[in-house]
Amino acid sequence: MKIEHLNYIYAENTAYQMQALKDINLTIEDGEFIGLIGHTGSGKSTLTQHLNGLLRATDGRILFNGENIYEKDYDMRKLRAKVGLVFQYPEHQLFEVDVLSDVCFGPKNQGLSGEETAARAKEALRLTGISEDLYHWSPFDLSGGQKRRVAIAGVLAMEPEILILDEPTAGLDPRGRDEILGLIAKLHEEKHITVILVSHSMEDVARYVERIIVMNRGEVLFDDAPKAVFAHYQKLEQVGLAAPQVTYVVNRLKERGLPVRTDVTTVEEARDAILEALRQGKSPDKAGGSV
Amino acid sequence: MGIIKAAQLVHEYIRKDDEGQVEEVKRAVDGVDLDVRKGEFIAILGHNGSGKSTLAKHINAILTPTSGTMWVGGRDTGKEEEVWNIRQTAGMVFQNPDNQIIGSVVEEDVGFGPENLGVPSLEIWDRVQESLQAVGMLEYRHHSPNKLSGGQKQRVAIAGVVAMHPECIVLDEPTAMLDPNGRREVIRTVRALNQVEEVTVILITHYMEEVVYADKVIVMDDGKIVMQGTPREIFSRVDELKSYCLDVPQVTLLAHELKCRGVELSDGILTIDELVNELCR
Repeated sequence: MKIEHLNYIYAENTAYQMQALKDINLTIEDGEFIGLIGHTGSGKSTLTQHLNGLLRATDGRILFNGENIYEKDYDMRKLRAKVGLVFQYPEHQLFEVDVLSDVCFGPKNQGLSGEETAARAKEALRLTGISEDLYHWSPFDLSGGQKRRVAIAGVLAMEPEILILDEPTAGLDPRGRDEILGLIAKLHEEKHITVILVSHSMEDVARYVERIIVMNRGEVLFDDAPKAVFAHYQKLEQVGLAAPQVTYVVNRLKERGLPVRTDVTTVEEARDAILEALRQGKSPDKAGGSV
Repeated sequence: MGIIKAAQLVHEYIRKDDEGQVEEVKRAVDGVDLDVRKGEFIAILGHNGSGKSTLAKHINAILTPTSGTMWVGGRDTGKEEEVWNIRQTAGMVFQNPDNQIIGSVVEEDVGFGPENLGVPSLEIWDRVQESLQAVGMLEYRHHSPNKLSGGQKQRVAIAGVVAMHPECIVLDEPTAMLDPNGRREVIRTVRALNQVEEVTVILITHYMEEVVYADKVIVMDDGKIVMQGTPREIFSRVDELKSYCLDVPQVTLLAHELKCRGVELSDGILTIDELVNELCR
């Protein structure tokens, strides 16, 4: 997917006119795992809604597999099947009488046969770890984490090439969060789906994604590997974001004179970097013997 | 007796079928004893379904006990005639700011609560002024709430509760839908209310970093209180927390990992400052 000079002006020619996206240029390669971060109102949701044609840019263009989606004869329905968007709190959109019918809704609407619809739905439910004995439950009787997985299955059943998830872990406890993120990582690995994860949790983003796009005031502020992006932790704070806690720890240690690497974003990396620095011995009395 | 006291509190959700027959009984709160002193800052942790929100709803008499007793400000929540007094004693803030704001102008929204309590108009304006000041939103008093950020909306919701002059505020995952900046704003506001205004705070959250400022942390699992103590005591027990499907703050986990590898550190390190100071000592 290629985004070229994309601009979006919200409520143009009214008192509420606001430029929500300013000259966005991005290329998203097949199979990437991207984190999209930005404070509330930075334009990240507006951007994701352009990617599957829910919003139409004021100007600029989007190429999907080489085709301009704003071309007159372009089939938007095809695009929406290929670019799956999982909204925030997707479980609020469950509505069918049972789990299986809910997941069937998408592929059925794509005009697939009954058999193929069911096959896709079952595969999607398998991928999201919903067991067969739940197929005929009402979706409303499931736990929060299960509901969310059913809702994600509903999008997966359309077999998207790109999966966009808007804060898929909001409101979940640590276990529910790990389950959903683990599931997304597995989909990315096994099915080679391109994933765009919109998140407010810097710790989650640091742990899973390969590339981070930071949005601020409708513009792309950074677009790089997580380590490179979090190196700008002071700038991130100025725009209402943060780096993972451990990034602050190593930077503070460095300021205090400990020769520690600062390009760390996860607990494991920070542990190894600090042990390494202690071993090198600015303060040898602190390092344990066995390490 | 403290401002909030529960004795053997039990809450059961009962599901009935179309004929009114009991289909399923789920015990969400199971024999909880609790005693919160005035001015304390209590954090409640627990995975989804552990019973913490159900417990919170008892504090403001949205739910009443199946058995056992809950007293708020010395009043029994099971007595219907006490409900209004209890809700005035204990205010509640929920997860989604958009569901709690009803006014079309910030100051009107904040004035809604005291107006409903029958507070005289002049005093309402005083209260609106002071509560918006307390949450740092005074300059937005004439704004429309729907133009505010998530953190700002949530602070307006808190101001709406503060304007009712409660002795206690219960916040049920107030930061779950906010970005990092919004989370910081809300937590700073809650701490200030507790420290400056001496409001008793009960904070329910999934973010472990937010509970390090609490006087006491309560961990719930399967409707029961399974751990309680200071944040330092609780977060020293990393493996036990994990068994309840909970995390510790990233910096606490890092300290724990370093300790396991032989680095000399105290137990239950909670903040970046503490860890940096200990490592550079």
